[in-house]
Amino acid sequence: MSNHASTYEPKSATAKWWDERLPVPRMMHDQFVDFPTPRNLNYLWTFGGILTFCLVAQLVTGIVLAMHYQPSDAEAFNSLDRIRRDVNYGWLIQAMHATGSSMFFLAVYIHIFRGLYYGSYRAPREILWILGVFILLAMMATAFLGYSLPWGQMSFWAVTVITNLFSSLDAVIPGLGTAIVQWLWGGYAVSGTTLNRFFSLHYLLPFVIFGLVILHIWALHVAGQNNPTGLNIKSKSDSVPMYPYAVAKDAFALFAFVILFAWFVLFLPDYLGHADNFIEANPLVTPPHIVPEWYFLPFYAILRAIPDKLGGVIAMFASIAILAFIPWLDRSPVRSAKYRPVYKWFFWLFVIACLALGYLGSKPAEGIYVFWARIFTAYYFAHFLIVMPIVGAMETPSRMPGSITEAVLGKSSKKSTSADAH
Amino acid sequence: MTADVEDPNRRDILVVAASAFSAVGAASLIWPFVHQMNPDAGAQALASAEFDLAPVQEGQAITVMWRGKPVFIRHRTAEEIETAKKVALDELPDPVSRNENQPGTPATDENRTIAGHEKWLVMVGICTHLGCIPKGQTLADAKGDYGGWFCPCHGSHYDTSGRIRKGPAPRNLDVPPYTFLSDTKIRIG
Ligand code: HEM
Ligand code: FES
Repeated sequence: MSNHASTYEPKSATAKWWDERLPVPRMMHDQFVDFPTPRNLNYLWTFGGILTFCLVAQLVTGIVLAMHYQPSDAEAFNSLDRIRRDVNYGWLIQAMHATGSSMFFLAVYIHIFRGLYYGSYRAPREILWILGVFILLAMMATAFLGYSLPWGQMSFWAVTVITNLFSSLDAVIPGLGTAIVQWLWGGYAVSGTTLNRFFSLHYLLPFVIFGLVILHIWALHVAGQNNPTGLNIKSKSDSVPMYPYAVAKDAFALFAFVILFAWFVLFLPDYLGHADNFIEANPLVTPPHIVPEWYFLPFYAILRAIPDKLGGVIAMFASIAILAFIPWLDRSPVRSAKYRPVYKWFFWLFVIACLALGYLGSKPAEGIYVFWARIFTAYYFAHFLIVMPIVGAMETPSRMPGSITEAVLGKSSKKSTSADAH
Repeated sequence: MTADVEDPNRRDILVVAASAFSAVGAASLIWPFVHQMNPDAGAQALASAEFDLAPVQEGQAITVMWRGKPVFIRHRTAEEIETAKKVALDELPDPVSRNENQPGTPATDENRTIAGHEKWLVMVGICTHLGCIPKGQTLADAKGDYGGWFCPCHGSHYDTSGRIRKGPAPRNLDVPPYTFLSDTKIRIG
């Protein structure tokens, strides 16, 4: 796709001057204006653009917050209060940043499930997909580091519990886990020293994500976009130029998303947070019920489902790492679940398992909750390790259209399509 | 210049030596950047602190700070000591005393305290699972199924000797290094 012939024509002398020296306008034109996009993309394909918006919004609001925030154990909690009460429009910008992280994760989860359903991770998009997994990991690290900054009770105890996960390595080499945890803390307990370094890293990681996103989009433009049929673009009539078609659709979806975003920012700014975080961090008192932010709940449920400390930590990290291997675990001859009558059911079962794990992660780890967390954790892994290879190899795909054009216009277009191809 | 005038091997050794030298140089710079994150001498210097236990009545407990961590000091009742002593070692998920004053000894109640001061139980008040502060220091607290401490985070129960009895925590609560300076004065660290 990236090697479609360039159609850029510099229109002025200045544009020509630039084109001969640093052809950025040519690249933008070829990649984002005249780029061929499948004509049948649905609204699930607008989330990449929405995610780009989220990333930029987090960067801009975050840089502003950093101008007013003080990363010390004595001042952090109060400085956040001052941002919300005193700084001009601080209430707005702080709410945008805090709510923005939830919106970012909402969008990324939709984006990932889209990829899972339509087989967007399959060849030739493996690298594109794996870059996505790295982006997800970096997003999680960033969100975790950012959550420590308000220095409330939930911040403090989330940092304590999550950094302590590494102490489970003591079971492998005695002392190793403790050494890593003290290295992360810069002391013998979570303290202002820890907060200070977390602030530094929280500022750094979004720029790493930015770099990864550039590679992600580069890889996308080499392989070209997948689409609901999972078929490749075969003829000219299968695609439309990105501008105005895809761009208009992206813009419409973005506005709808921004309305949801704004509704949370303006009417429910603290709804997605936790009341305990309005109490300043106290190393002597643990809140009775520690829960992470909603977007971490499924992983937290997996962590607690395993009765062994080290085993729980391994399962939690494995639940994300396994995503990187699915391009090779899926053995189906077709990409899109649309034409996979059996797998389709398992896909929705997987969605249910993820939602159920999210619910269970918010409940205390006892009794029936633990039982169900174990069942759904088992299915989470079985979906990738058993269902993907076996159902993929055994199922007969349903009848597929011959091309993207045929999927859109019906059989009648068959002739013109094949005519185009010649 | 013809090929036989040059000695290609002499060039090779220069390239190998120069690369190796820079690689070792660059690698040795990694350590400063890793080690800067470790607790510095200042943090380590906070390592010892003294406390007066005279006001702590039998049945009461206090929490003091040492190295930024809470330390539980409980003035145990005779009954609590008795229950702790009666437990057989094979009932304990973690049979090691976890006492820095006598490393590696079995987790009997005697080995979790200092001879002559058995009524004082001194432990780092951090759950060995994922680091929450267990409940049990005040009279109103839930003390768990074994009358000692209960960690609400993921449900670990500790007995009146601070030993793990039930729940996900892998180890008994740690006993820090400490000495009694007099009958009611203690130095931790
Ligand atoms: C900061 C986060 C991310 C940004 C800004 C981002 C951006 C984009 C954009 C702009 C596109 C093209 C438009 C679209 O198909 O929606 C795209 C496609 C894609 N992304 Fe992402 N992405 C992010 C995270 C992820 C993650 C976490 C994954 C998977 C683990 C992922 C997997 C994919 C795949 C497989 C495609 C190709 C989809 C197709 O052509 O069908 N992305 N991404
Ligand atoms: S931290 Fe105490 S039980 Fe998990």
